[in-house]
Amino acid sequence: MGRELNFCEAVNEALATAMTVDPDVICFGLGVGDPKNIFGTTLGLKERFGPDRVFDMPTSENAMTGIAVGASLLGLRPVMVHQRTDFFLLALDQLVNNAAKWHYMFGGGRAAGITIRLITGQGWGQGPTHSQNLHAWFAHIPGLKVVMPTNPYDAKGLLLASIFDPNPVVFIEHRWLHGSRAQVPDSPYRIPFGQAKELLAGQDLTIVATSYLTLEAWHAARFLRDQGISVSVIDLRSIKPLDRETIFRSVQTTGRLLVLDSAHLTGSVAGEIIALVASNLFAGLKQAPERMTFPDAPSPASPALTRNYYPRAPDIAAKVGEMLGRDVNPGALAAQCKFPHDVPGDWFNGPF
Amino acid sequence: METTPEIALALLAQMKRIRMVEEAIADRYPEGRMRCPTHLSIGQEAPAAVLGSLLRMDDLVVSSHRAHAHYLAKGGSLRALIAELYGKETGCSRGRGGSMHLVDIDAGFMGSTAIVANSIPVGAGLGLALRMRHSENIACIFLGDGAVEEGVFYETANFAVLRRLPVVFICENNGYSVYSPLSVRQPENRELSSLAAAIGLRSGCVDSVDVLALHAQVAERMRAAREECLPAFIEIKTFRWREHCGPNHDDDLGYRDARLVDYWHAHDPLRLLQERLLDERCITSVGLATMERGIRDEIEDAFRFAEDSPFPDPDTLAEGVYRADDSVGIPWVGN
Ligand SMILES: Cc1ncc(C[n+]2csc(CCOP(=O)(O)OP(=O)(O)O)c2C)c(N)n1
Ligand SMILES: [Mg+2]
Repeated sequence: MGRELNFCEAVNEALATAMTVDPDVICFGLGVGDPKNIFGTTLGLKERFGPDRVFDMPTSENAMTGIAVGASLLGLRPVMVHQRTDFFLLALDQLVNNAAKWHYMFGGGRAAGITIRLITGQGWGQGPTHSQNLHAWFAHIPGLKVVMPTNPYDAKGLLLASIFDPNPVVFIEHRWLHGSRAQVPDSPYRIPFGQAKELLAGQDLTIVATSYLTLEAWHAARFLRDQGISVSVIDLRSIKPLDRETIFRSVQTTGRLLVLDSAHLTGSVAGEIIALVASNLFAGLKQAPERMTFPDAPSPASPALTRNYYPRAPDIAAKVGEMLGRDVNPGALAAQCKFPHDVPGDWFNGPF
Repeated sequence: METTPEIALALLAQMKRIRMVEEAIADRYPEGRMRCPTHLSIGQEAPAAVLGSLLRMDDLVVSSHRAHAHYLAKGGSLRALIAELYGKETGCSRGRGGSMHLVDIDAGFMGSTAIVANSIPVGAGLGLALRMRHSENIACIFLGDGAVEEGVFYETANFAVLRRLPVVFICENNGYSVYSPLSVRQPENRELSSLAAAIGLRSGCVDSVDVLALHAQVAERMRAAREECLPAFIEIKTFRWREHCGPNHDDDLGYRDARLVDYWHAHDPLRLLQERLLDERCITSVGLATMERGIRDEIEDAFRFAEDSPFPDPDTLAEGVYRADDSVGIPWVGN
């Protein structure tokens, strides 16, 4: 049985399920249990599972991450949340030097089975330090797993997989996806990491995307389909581990690759994917792979400056048209958008 | 707890053992077969030995880069320690960690890490889990004076006080962070224990020259921490005899006042304890010689074990980055 949930409700349901199934699951973060409850994602948990297992915390990101690591060594399964990825930068010592390495550096005994939920901001003036996308950093570190769900169905299944994974998992939620809705089964289920999903199968070109950009890619692909251009859209769902096979299979069909990445160009996961495809499928490529990312500049606050910062569906459509040598009239797609460029939809009107 | 003759002798034996192990490492280090940075605890044996005697087998410990003494005093395997220094598969961390990453779960030694202060919150996390499990055990966090300067110490101390975690911070104040004395790191006349007290830790400072007095005072503080469930901070004044990292003496560099070095050599806690126990006839010189021979044999055995052990298989280099187990029944769904 399923029903429609939004992303936040799906996360909330996954947390409640995990805490019901396993009394060792604990949940904390700055704002957990406050009136807003992390955009509603931790709503009702403290009441249901008690203040020992669900609690607000001091503004001490680094220590609290280390405390999660220590607790996990005795078998607890901590789920920590930060309202912005940027805040979690203070905890990189604990994440990188301890959580990621514990199992390896002590010769394979205990592991830091912790889940870190990070929420990534975009638009509405979030600016340079409230909208950073650092998944490439995390993916670079051996010992971490990095998950980036796109929709409520995947959010529930991937969060349950994260919580019960014996390793540290960075679970990245794009704030603009919080309002997205989908059918979500009532019953518990887990989605394995490293299994990408091909949302649309096409012949002419493969788009690889993650998280919010998957939605933009999907809009672009539907628009292009009406013009006779058939595009594959692959949602990676996790970037570490990375599902190379699904990417390779699609590129073997299309011979053309466009990678979308919500991150700065230099050192991006998009670059890694293109390197993998170039090394493994060079002869099968009809043209050089391309990528669309953010510029190598911090994300500015002013809406005047963010307009060209983020790749959107019309930009993606235009890029595909350029790669295929076709005029696709992206202006028509841009005209379909009924709300300002710096919000995800009518449901969002700030402040963060 | 009263410091009985039995306890006094056990302290002597443990301190001697730690010193002799560290000296054996220093002696053989130039052979070039222990190929990792090594921070010895010669001169600093007392805090480890005292805590080792006060902690229960199932109490938990975390520590820092200078952890050999803590590991041994908590019951960590000597063979596995030496093998770890040799980078062998039989090392406590299977050669992946080296001197600065020691572990012996069976002994309750949960891990030592090499980034200053970063095992501190891990120790508090152990305390949180112990509290949630209604355990009567405590988590003991060893740290140096340098670690008190890291922000994570304050963050952790605050949370430990806030949640009344069963943790004890043991701060070995040897006056230096590498070559940097406290005078370039902290304002004059500040006591580290007063910083800890200001956050709400039950805090005090103890000298380690008189090992039996140290034992009595730490025992009392530990008892209070256990019974009242209040986290404690115990600063222990101590002194490192050798260079910060490595087997040698480095006082030719002149970074420490000669009077300070002379003072600690004249007040070696281990020698003073030994003299006292001989004076008080707790042990005879024959008994002492037997004790030393036993330790020497144990050390010989450990080095032979390390030397005879195999290196890790190079093909296993990338194994163990992730742990693979699945203990929950929630079904997996494919695409
Ligand atoms: C975060 C960090 N900064 C610097 C170092 C280099 N370092 C290694 S040990 C050490 C001294 C720490 O002093 P203290 O905590 O007093 O311990 P001690 O060596 O005196 O036992 C330093 C600075 C490090 N390992 N980690
Ligand atoms: Mg020091």
